[in-house]
Amino acid sequence: MEDIAALFHGFAVALTPFNLLLMLIGVSLGVIIGVLPGLGGANGIAILLPLTFSMPPTSAIIMLSCIYWGALFGGAITSILFNIPGEPWSVATTFDGYPMAQQGRAGEALTAAFTSSFVGALVAVIMITFLAPLVARFALQFGPPEFFSVYFLTFCSFIGMGKEPPFKIMAAMMLGFALAAVGIDTVTGQLRLIFGWHELMRGFDFLIAVIGLFGIGEILLSMEEGLSFSGRAAKINPKVVFETWAKLPRYWATSLRSCLVGCWLGITPGGATPASFMAYGVAKRLSKHGAKFGTGQLEGVIAPETAAHAAGTSALLPMLSLGIPGSPTAAVLLGGLLIWGLQPGPLLFVEQKDFVWGLIASMYLGNIAGLIIVLTCVPLFAAILRVPFSIIAPIIVVICAIGAYTVHNAMLDIWLMLLFGVAGYVFKKLAYPLAPLVLALVLGDRAEDAFRQSMLMAQGDLRIFFSNWLVGGMMGLGLLMLLWPLFGQWREYLRKKEAAAL
Amino acid sequence: MSESPEPSHQETGGFSTRGAEIAVAIVLFALGGLVVYDSHRLGSSWGSDGPEAGYFPFYIGLIMCFASAAIIGQTLLGRGAGRDAVFVQWQPLRQVLSVLIPAALFVLGIQLVGLYVAAAIHIAAFMRWLGNYSWLKSVVLGTVVSAAAFLTFEVWFQVPLYKGAFDPLSFLGY
Amino acid sequence: MQTQRKRVRGLVPLLVAASIAAATPVPAASWEPTKPVEFIIPAGTGGGADQMARLLQGVVVKHNLMKQSLIPINKSGGAGAEGFLDIKAAKGDPHKIIITLSNLFTTPLATGVPFSWKDLTPVSMLALDQFVLWVNAEAPYNSAKDYIDAAKKAGPGKFKMAGTGSKQEDQIITVALEKATGAKFTYIPFKGGGDVATQLVGKHVDSTVNNPIEAVAQWRAGKLKPLCVFDDTRMPYRAKVTDKQSWNDIPTCKEAGIPTDYVMLRGIFMPAGVARESVDFYVELFKKVRETPEWKEYMERGAYNPTFMSGKEFGTWVAKAEQEHVVLMRDAGFLAKK
Repeated sequence: MEDIAALFHGFAVALTPFNLLLMLIGVSLGVIIGVLPGLGGANGIAILLPLTFSMPPTSAIIMLSCIYWGALFGGAITSILFNIPGEPWSVATTFDGYPMAQQGRAGEALTAAFTSSFVGALVAVIMITFLAPLVARFALQFGPPEFFSVYFLTFCSFIGMGKEPPFKIMAAMMLGFALAAVGIDTVTGQLRLIFGWHELMRGFDFLIAVIGLFGIGEILLSMEEGLSFSGRAAKINPKVVFETWAKLPRYWATSLRSCLVGCWLGITPGGATPASFMAYGVAKRLSKHGAKFGTGQLEGVIAPETAAHAAGTSALLPMLSLGIPGSPTAAVLLGGLLIWGLQPGPLLFVEQKDFVWGLIASMYLGNIAGLIIVLTCVPLFAAILRVPFSIIAPIIVVICAIGAYTVHNAMLDIWLMLLFGVAGYVFKKLAYPLAPLVLALVLGDRAEDAFRQSMLMAQGDLRIFFSNWLVGGMMGLGLLMLLWPLFGQWREYLRKKEAAAL
Repeated sequence: MSESPEPSHQETGGFSTRGAEIAVAIVLFALGGLVVYDSHRLGSSWGSDGPEAGYFPFYIGLIMCFASAAIIGQTLLGRGAGRDAVFVQWQPLRQVLSVLIPAALFVLGIQLVGLYVAAAIHIAAFMRWLGNYSWLKSVVLGTVVSAAAFLTFEVWFQVPLYKGAFDPLSFLGY
Repeated sequence: MQTQRKRVRGLVPLLVAASIAAATPVPAASWEPTKPVEFIIPAGTGGGADQMARLLQGVVVKHNLMKQSLIPINKSGGAGAEGFLDIKAAKGDPHKIIITLSNLFTTPLATGVPFSWKDLTPVSMLALDQFVLWVNAEAPYNSAKDYIDAAKKAGPGKFKMAGTGSKQEDQIITVALEKATGAKFTYIPFKGGGDVATQLVGKHVDSTVNNPIEAVAQWRAGKLKPLCVFDDTRMPYRAKVTDKQSWNDIPTCKEAGIPTDYVMLRGIFMPAGVARESVDFYVELFKKVRETPEWKEYMERGAYNPTFMSGKEFGTWVAKAEQEHVVLMRDAGFLAKK
């Protein structure tokens, strides 16, 4: 119980008025950063990092990590209100969050998203507090085959259950993979699919595709139905927070599963984005209302948000204990640690007790502060939907353009965003599913890298994917998930045959 | 992927879904073909130590071609989406274009005069012509939003946004 | 379009600088940035170049070395080619600088993307980064010779070497090592130095050639051990890093009987066609940075070779380094197919 004492010491370190003030500033800034697509947590932290050099390291890391929490919270806002995911891991939140907003349930969706984020983060922090050394070692088990199996599992848990025509699912997914392959190939260093056009070298960033497909595409769709967003009738009532809270306990099982998925993927540096997709896929499969997912189910918001935040938070653990950044944001924080003269790595917990436990304490406090701030703003956020369409639409287009530009500081990306917008509109109308496209775009090149690294290691022997219990288990689970619908159909078929025979 | 003019439209007024289906599938088929072509150039076989650079893209391209060909086939055979359905009627299409064309002009504007100026004009123009707000309100709001963006990105977060080929705001020193 | 924009933008301050230079009695170092300076990093977040750039940004702010701010921007596409092409296109713009690593030489050779250091103006060398041969601390090898012998004995391709990127410095060193010893490794490319070190700690690979800064945390924690440094002299830092060893205690590979050496440039470049006053400004700026305690500490922590060069001397060094890379890359068969 030495850890508990250390934690309370940490609270004492974190709970000075100055640090509390920094927490509030950090969370508020973070929310703003999270709302603006293109300004990710990594940007915010990178930009503010120099300002913190004059502070004591503990205060600095508290403020910076609070920006991180704030950004995690903020990402959900635009996804739900405008179908524009501010952060990669909020894409899955749009699937049910945006339909809810359209039905006038924006407040409910936002409350559920914020609360689930909080729960996810809290569970992850508790895990960090008590299991840090144990869990950190687990991250080391992950070599290329294990990474591939995680991505494989993510794909398998997500596909195979779409209602769209199968050829269209296939085409959309392959388009995603193809776009992901553009640019330099990690394994051979060759440029692929750029046809001598050097502007394409940086590849198609998934955020640009998503801002276009979802954000611009949605505006075009709304326009077709007339000059308004259908969410205008949103009731704006502070009570919505409590009404939603009353509904949440029902979904404890979804929450718990998503926490597990999130923590696991956060530790294994799989990241928040796969975690959110996987949790959504798993929830869809296991929920009683699975078939209704995508039409505005509360569970469909809870699952990805919980997982994304559990992952985002537990991603800090490998960073602190091993010196491996679990996300780009963590990577920038890592740079900060170095500048303050702290050396992340296995010895940090021994040499810088104050710092580590102060940080962990600030994770608890920062999340609580964040939750309070964003929840009080729910009515305010929901009220944005009441702004007349002819004002909000051009502003959204501007914000989308900014978001697309900031990803790589490239003008071409704004044009690409527009093109993706048109594609998003056409695809949606023709029932091409966007989710597999986006998923393939996010994970496609990572999965391919991991696969080919594994092949190099095994000299082309596919058995490496079943060479130990960890990788074999994940691959097996993935295959099971992939074949499950077929199995269901086969049973259905048998039953019908039997019925026909009788 | 682009919204190139679909060939056939029907009396009911609007692009037919059938035409749109086929047009999109043809574009996808062409993209798939491009992918196959370039992957083949890179080397698309399974080498001694695993797949070459073009191995996965090659098959991805092939599957894309196959899937889009299948979509074309289904559409022509009259299965899939309803045969006579209308993809978009003329009136809504006009509305869609009334957003899409200003958005395209806006992006062109960014290229020329930079994001901030283009944003102010875009918002003001959109409000004036599509929202029928007064000139004063439109211009004020456009300027305010653009100025807020400028302060947030250039001044506070120090994220330089695109200033355009002519950079009319260069006197601000950012 | 882009080129044109930058030219227009760059011209005004240039003229201003030129006119000031003509009017005032002290022309040198009289130029100062008139707006925030974009600091291009041709690599992703979290890597060695990125860390150094962000440290520089922090030091500049903390010691108030420049009135305008320095804004790091990552342009990592195409193994860094994106960043270099950006600088190439910004001809004459004194508000852009770039930090380089070996991809200044390797990327154009490996991918055929048209740029070279001749499209840039060399400002100064900040440091030279070392490479060390690392193995897992639990591995039974106590010297580089043991390890190479074991690799040879196991047969070609049985030992796995992890490194950052493909056809870049890590793989060049691996090939050079193979040429010098006759051992054959399977080289496995990863995206970043941190990933590489972790893979070695997790025993998924047998060795790496990480930079000191990428692996030092794991070394201190007793997870990795260094076998030799790829340089012709030992690293100068004598302070103990672990209980027993300092950087200086690591033998050079040459001492260990493996005649391979390679150091990586960490330097600053500007677009071509900038006024000499602007170059002088940045040279002075980085000289001041070198005097700060943060920089010195960082140099020691990462066991950098803190050689500083600027002007002609630096230009000559870069030209020579490029020639060496052409030879290395050609010998390794890494040149882009035409």
